[in-house]
Amino acid sequence: MSPAVLTLAATTGPGFLSPTGVEIAFALVGLATLGAAAITVTTKQLVHAALWLVVALGGIAVEYLLLTAEFIAWVQVLIYLGSVVVLLLFGLMLTKAPIGPSPDADSGNRPIALGVAVVAAAALVWVVVDAFRTTWIDLDGPVQGSTKVSGEILFRHWVLPFEALSVLLLAALIGAIVLSHRTDPADPDPAAPGATGLNARATAARPTAPRPTDKGPR
Amino acid sequence: MHLAYPAVLAALLFCTGLYGVLARRNAILVLMSVELMLNAVNLNLVAFDVWLRDTLHAGQALTLFTIAIAAAEIGIGLAIVLMVYRNRGTSDIDRLRDTAEGHEPPPAAPDSSTAANQQSEVTA
Repeated sequence: MSPAVLTLAATTGPGFLSPTGVEIAFALVGLATLGAAAITVTTKQLVHAALWLVVALGGIAVEYLLLTAEFIAWVQVLIYLGSVVVLLLFGLMLTKAPIGPSPDADSGNRPIALGVAVVAAAALVWVVVDAFRTTWIDLDGPVQGSTKVSGEILFRHWVLPFEALSVLLLAALIGAIVLSHRTDPADPDPAAPGATGLNARATAARPTAPRPTDKGPR
Repeated sequence: MHLAYPAVLAALLFCTGLYGVLARRNAILVLMSVELMLNAVNLNLVAFDVWLRDTLHAGQALTLFTIAIAAAEIGIGLAIVLMVYRNRGTSDIDRLRDTAEGHEPPPAAPDSSTAANQQSEVTA
């Protein structure tokens, strides 16, 4: 689409002060998503952070639906809300995160982080608003992100990256298994039979070490 | 829809995740913030794909690939965090200063588990 057409569409497009229903819904869901994200990065309770992350990621899935990208919305629900958050909760449990509020959830460089984030947000929002002031997304017409369209483009034009990605996922799976596998031969399995006194001492000396059977989430 | 809505939302979400990455101390909370940043980028990709009406739908394909890579990243990251926690007894990234210059090695707390390891090895 040439710039002239874009400018023409911008001049004939709707105005800032008359938002459509989709825009109002997008803004409301976006506010909820931002609030949930802010609570996620500021709350003192670690498990609550993971649960607010569910709200934020679900809000982003709704935004995908509003942008007519249905397939990506459901993939977001399946992978992020279904597996990533569960993995994070398992990680919190395996590292024995406290249930109540933990006062040391934030590090000492919090003011610096806040300053960097505010400056970055101001710069990005200013640039983005200035750049796309006269740009409109045409949401009418055929749905651009349905499962049919996504499957066609994915398996017609993007087959090779797709297959490479499956190899990468396999490598990541094996890597996670290798990383979480206890390979120290001098440190016997505490659950192994025999040598109970030694195992009791080893377990007592390392009270925080998770059992090898805790490799469940992988 | 005005393109500024998803673009501004993505920018603000990215900066929220940036704050979380910089301000959090627990490694798993840092991973959560990284997920927020990745989702902001995904939102931008989808919005620009819908705006450009690309026939290849490169934005949506790249979004799917990013989601898959983020899943792999969270798996590997949690495995690393669990291994660090198993070896050090903590997952606070402030205390992992072994490769930092100008910091003395922390006195007692992280060394106790290492000493206990050596002791158990000697006993074995």
